[in-house]
Amino acid sequence: MADANQIIDNEVKSNDVVLFMKGTPQFPMCGFSGQVVQILNYLGVPYKGVNVLDDETIRQGIKDYSNWPTIPQLYVKGEFVGGCDITREMFQAGELQQLFADKGIPVQQSA
Amino acid sequence: MPMNAHDIESMIKAALPDAVVEIKDLAGDGDHYAATVTSSAFKGKSRVQQHQMVYAALQGRMGGVLHALALTTVTPDN
Repeated sequence: MADANQIIDNEVKSNDVVLFMKGTPQFPMCGFSGQVVQILNYLGVPYKGVNVLDDETIRQGIKDYSNWPTIPQLYVKGEFVGGCDITREMFQAGELQQLFADKGIPVQQSA
Repeated sequence: MPMNAHDIESMIKAALPDAVVEIKDLAGDGDHYAATVTSSAFKGKSRVQQHQMVYAALQGRMGGVLHALALTTVTPDN
């Protein structure tokens, strides 16, 4: 069995924007995950969704990796941004858009 | 067994004594809450760090028995 920590580390480092979530971007299985998907879609940011429901070791592993007890978890350029509440707060304050801009990730919608 | 709002508030206040804690039971089912926590201890901390302080206060219950807590953290002067 591959080491969950290694798989997670690889996802975080090889994708500019990665969302660890319940379900998929097309079909979120939890309201909190769905909210972050909506925000990312609204901003038109390309991202990879990792469905933690597919693999129990990833589901627990991401909590250990981030020292963060809940899912979803958003990573941008290898940096942990936060969960649903923080992502939403940042989006509403325009800080998330700024973060993407600062990291050189194109945002379609200006808010 | 879900947690009641009073227990959540008590645990947060035990770790952050000056905290003002406001909890709403979102679904009326004792299982889905929104909490706003105001504390001077959050000063100078990032949002992630502020939330982690509240999660630490909840001693591992967050994500477990407490699976749906929408959290907002505030420093007293903003």
